[in-house]
Amino acid sequence: MEFFVTLVQVLDSTIRLATPLLLACLAGLYSERAGIFDIGLEGKMLMAAFFSAGVAAVTGSVWLGLLAGIAASLLLSGLHGLASITFRGNQLISGVAINFLASGLTVLIAQSWFQQGGRTPSLFGEGRFEPIEFPFAEALSGVPILGPIYAELISGHSILVYVAFLMVPATWWILYRTRFGLRLRAVGENPAAVDTAGVSVVGLRFAAVAICGILCGIAGAYLATALQAGFVKEMTAGRGFIALAALIFAKWRPWHAMWACLLFGLLQAIALRFQNIDLGGVVIPVQVMDALPYILTVVILAGFVGKAIPPRAGGEPYVKER
Amino acid sequence: MDKMPKWADVVLIPLISLILATILSALVILAIGEDPIEAVNLMVTGALGSTYGWGYTLYYATNFIFTGLAVAVAFHARLFNIGGEGQAMLGGLGVAIVCLSVQWPHWTIALLAASAAAMVFGAAWAAIPAYLQAKRGSHIVITTIMFNFIAAALLNYMLVNIMRPQGSQDPATARFPEAVHLPTFQSMFSTAENVMFRGAPANVTFFIALLACVVVWALIWRTRLGYEIRAYGKTETGAVYAGISPVRITIIAMLISGALAGLMAINNVMGEAERLVLNSTEGAGFIGIAVALMGRSHPFGVLLAALLFGFLYQGGAELALWTSIPRELIVVIQALVILFTGALDNMVRMPLEKLFLGMRQGAK
Repeated sequence: MEFFVTLVQVLDSTIRLATPLLLACLAGLYSERAGIFDIGLEGKMLMAAFFSAGVAAVTGSVWLGLLAGIAASLLLSGLHGLASITFRGNQLISGVAINFLASGLTVLIAQSWFQQGGRTPSLFGEGRFEPIEFPFAEALSGVPILGPIYAELISGHSILVYVAFLMVPATWWILYRTRFGLRLRAVGENPAAVDTAGVSVVGLRFAAVAICGILCGIAGAYLATALQAGFVKEMTAGRGFIALAALIFAKWRPWHAMWACLLFGLLQAIALRFQNIDLGGVVIPVQVMDALPYILTVVILAGFVGKAIPPRAGGEPYVKER
Repeated sequence: MDKMPKWADVVLIPLISLILATILSALVILAIGEDPIEAVNLMVTGALGSTYGWGYTLYYATNFIFTGLAVAVAFHARLFNIGGEGQAMLGGLGVAIVCLSVQWPHWTIALLAASAAAMVFGAAWAAIPAYLQAKRGSHIVITTIMFNFIAAALLNYMLVNIMRPQGSQDPATARFPEAVHLPTFQSMFSTAENVMFRGAPANVTFFIALLACVVVWALIWRTRLGYEIRAYGKTETGAVYAGISPVRITIIAMLISGALAGLMAINNVMGEAERLVLNSTEGAGFIGIAVALMGRSHPFGVLLAALLFGFLYQGGAELALWTSIPRELIVVIQALVILFTGALDNMVRMPLEKLFLGMRQGAK
């Protein structure tokens, strides 16, 4: 029984930790499916985390914070679009620049606004997303097995967690069942064909980059206003890159992205809870758990376990006159 | 016919990008309520106003020369090595093992051995992404990013579980023995009555960095291998037609790149800290990207850009000391430089090309 309680707690924390990964991963999915590589997910999340926490701290409203976070992330998306779509620059270099811009600007502005060494004041009350209790969660928690699963795992998360997991079927539907989705996927594989069909490549790619910005904004806001209570320097801690890893792991598909993010979230949850794991004499150090998402991604990329093939036109700026 | 003269491409475009980055940085300083002119004054006196300041500026510049050259060599083969940070971390591991495991009679021999170890470890860390890119087509940018994180975890493990001296709480190795301490600028240039570079970390490694610039220049422009690397970078199909093996060039270019990044460790680990600590690279691997972009992947350009970033780093530290502007201002400037010289290159280039075309037609 004690094992079961621990298991539910670890899975509960898995869901919490997987949520920002999932949002960022889906963000990257839209962008990369449209042929725009984005290694700036980390920077956009960080920027959104700061602005959501900063505005929530000043106004006392977490919803205004969320909007500010999305707006900040969208601004960086616009910059990425300007560099990689309009000026046909190198998308990877633009991503690197955006990561540094966010990492520097957040601390600079935080210091200027709050004078607390690059952090925001702690958020409380209306300044945070509170957990939502589902009906009868309290009453049913006594039921064996199913009770704790309902009360702990399914109920009791903030609204953004449910948004993130609902985005998975939504993304699947948009990509595979709508005209926009078909065009989005086509523009990532063969933009010339989309252009010939009379659809704007630039417009589609900007739309994809904007969706990416919105989702990264929600991911950052979740980090600073739901998972934690306020912004601290570099609080994304490589999550944008784990999301990127999950995206490759999932081979750019929405449902697989969810499973990949849950897997990486589980690794984080285990690393948080257990530190060094003793498996009958063989001790797995915590650093192995830290590195595992990256190692798994390299293995997948190497193509030893099924090949990960990115969208064909990914990373290439589209030149109309050729 | 080129759209514009070579000097404009080499000098004018980086200069305009730099000016744009400077203007935006000044606006950022204004926006947080400080005086940009005052800030520049503080930075110049802090970084260049004394031999102490110069000692720090040149120390940082040494790091950035190595990482900048690393990125530049890979750029010539059209490979984006974003993993300089991880390769430099591993180089540090190599230096620490060499310095701690052998009783070295003199620093010169230790320096040779440590340099070799740093290069081997850095190159080894670049070898796996290089192999995967060459043989399996895995994107080198993604794999080198992943390897940065894996390197951080590995280093963390080594320092916490294996190399930490008994009884110490600090995740760091023991101090290196006296015999492997490198001569600093203070001991090299001070006279009996006049102490120069007092307490500054610049050391003999700076001259090795200068040497590395010359060697890389000779390699890229004066050897058959350099020619093959450039040819492969310019056009892959053309290179294959000329009998150049893409697999071989990809792997060799990345090994050289990794070795250069690893070599940084003789400056920051052996020369400055004199032990291996967590996060010893302090992001220098990433600054290499900005340095290589700004230096147009030419060793001389890299040297100038590295000096500029060395100045920014030391100036930024002074700024953080005397004003309320945090050190992160430098990260913003670095981001703007990468943005303008790298991603938004065309934004600067297109109007200039038009201008030069117009001038040429006007002259006819």
